[in-house]
Parts: sequence; structure tokens; C-alpha cells
Amino acid sequence: MKLRIYRYNPDTDAAPYMQDYELEFAAHDAMLLDALMLLRQQDDSIGFRKSCREGVCGSDAMNINGRNGLACITPLSSLKQPIELRPLPGLPVIRDLIVDMTQFFKQYHSIKPYLVNNDPPPETERLQSPAERSELDGLYECILCGCCSTSCPSFWWNPDKFVGPAGLLQAYRFIADTRDQATSERLDNLEDPYRLFRCHTIMNCVDVCPKELNPTEAIGKIKDMMVKRVV
Amino acid sequence: MVNRVVTGAHYGLRDWLVQRVTAAVMAVYVLSLAGWLLVQPQLDYDAWTGLFASNIMRSFTMLFLLSLFYHAWIGVRDIVMDYVHPAGLRLLAHVLVILALVMYVIWAVQILWGL
Repeated sequence: MKLRIYRYNPDTDAAPYMQDYELEFAAHDAMLLDALMLLRQQDDSIGFRKSCREGVCGSDAMNINGRNGLACITPLSSLKQPIELRPLPGLPVIRDLIVDMTQFFKQYHSIKPYLVNNDPPPETERLQSPAERSELDGLYECILCGCCSTSCPSFWWNPDKFVGPAGLLQAYRFIADTRDQATSERLDNLEDPYRLFRCHTIMNCVDVCPKELNPTEAIGKIKDMMVKRVV
Repeated sequence: MVNRVVTGAHYGLRDWLVQRVTAAVMAVYVLSLAGWLLVQPQLDYDAWTGLFASNIMRSFTMLFLLSLFYHAWIGVRDIVMDYVHPAGLRLLAHVLVILALVMYVIWAVQILWGL
């Protein structure tokens, strides 16, 4: 099995370079992360993040053969060789496949990703009907791996001003929540030529999302609610 | 002024909506004009001036041009926002684009109504 991996250690390398690897690995049902773990026994200097190794934590997002995805749930059998691995595009590289996600999380925090409800806390839960709860399907599953935002040219260009698909999907997750009381403030927060309207609906986010979510649809629903508010 | 990233201009929805409406207006106009051109047995100066002699066609064309200019303003503004970083220079670019588009409106009225 052949792999080409982006290598960069800012302490020792003047510039990033691609390193070729050969790996003896025959398991037909293995995932890319399994190959990377085995490869690390060959060369323990390769830097990448991983944690749950089953598509729940979102740590091992990387650019796989030109497409963002999670190494742990990408079957090796689906990949053309040599498998080219690069860090997520558009974010500063810390080392090899590890990127600095600070800007990504800054945008996430800017949409207040928590329930705003000023009523006194009830004795038990804040209840929802099954129908109300189902409005959160396709939104709450996001694991914040960053695959979508780092495949979005608008986010590459304005990462400090455009919230990005991941942040906007989460913004809609709280707008759609019947227990939240800050809908109007949330819409005000996004009514901005940069924060929301840099999305030009090219749908790279939908194409790469490893959880098969649809940030573009969520962004469309935010715009629909804004229209509903003014007409 | 401190050098900090600022957002929160509280506009954007109207332009986004206008971009869609003006696109629809332009599509209807272009298709209507293309349809008219296709059904003309012979296209000559008389047919063309005849078409633009009616006030309805002149107004419809003016509506198309106004849609085009507003649509262009939003598109060009977005490009300027992406590529011109110093705020002063960006404001200047915005003002120049607006002034040019207003001049085009005046020019279009002169052409359509033969002033």
C-alpha cells in the first residue's frame, strides 16, 4: 500500500514537503486510521490527531485524496493509491496533519452554542413534544470535526468574519430549538454581509460532511426565517 | 482606531433578497426578448424601432436595466469586500461603483426615451 503524507515541522523544516510511504497491510475491511496507526510504528514522527476512532469525536479530520473526511470511518478499499493525506485546508498547520482549530472554534462560540432561556429552571427537564424534538434532527449530530468549514472557499477567504457552515448549522440548531428564547437576537447576530451572507451556496460543506448533514439547508432556513421576520 | 476585526453591520438580508428578485426580472426580460427575436420573420431597423416605440417596452427595458444595475452593485460590492482590505480604499471603491451605476441609469433613460 502506498501513501503520500504532508510533512511539516515548523521547528526543523523550512517548508512543507510530501513524503512517500510503503506499508504492508492486507486487511480488506480496515479504515484509513488503522493504516496510519500501523504506519506510526514505522515512523513515529508523523503527527495526526485521533481519539475515539469511530467517527464520534471528530479529531482525525484530514484532507484525503483531495477531499476532507475522517480517517477513522474512511474505508481503505474506497481510496485510490497512493493515498494522499494533507492537513485540513485553510487553517494554520501546527505539525504534519495537525491544524490549529482556534479560528474555527472562535466562530463556533460567536453564535452562542448553548440554550438561552431566562425562565426559572423547572423541577425536571424542559419538555418538548416529539415533533418539536424532531426539528433538531440533522443538526444536533454535528461533531465539529471542521471538514465542512475547511472545504468552504468563503471560510478560507474570511475565516475571521464568516461564521462558516459548521457554526451556521449550530446557529440554526439553537434557532430551531423550542426551548430557546433568543431567536430574535440570534437572527440579529447573523444579519451581516460577512457572518452569514458570505455563503454563496456552493455546497462543498454538504459534499464532505462525514455525518451526512446539510449545513446549506440550515443556512437556507436561517435566511427563510429572516425573510419571514421582515415581510 | 484600534486594529480589530469588526462585524455586525446588521444588513445583508435585503441585498440577498434583491439579488434573487432582480435575477428573476432579468431572466423574464431576456427570455421575452429572445422569444420576440425568434418569431420575427425579418429583423430590420423598422422592426427594432417599432418594438422600442411603445412605452411598455421602454419601461420593461428600464426595469431590466435597473435590475441589472442593482444586481451588479451587490456582486461588485462583494468582490470589493473580498479583495480590497484597507477600509478607506474600500469605501472609495464602493462610492465610485455607485456613482458609475447612477450615471448608467441616467444614460439608460436618455437612450430609451431619446432625450
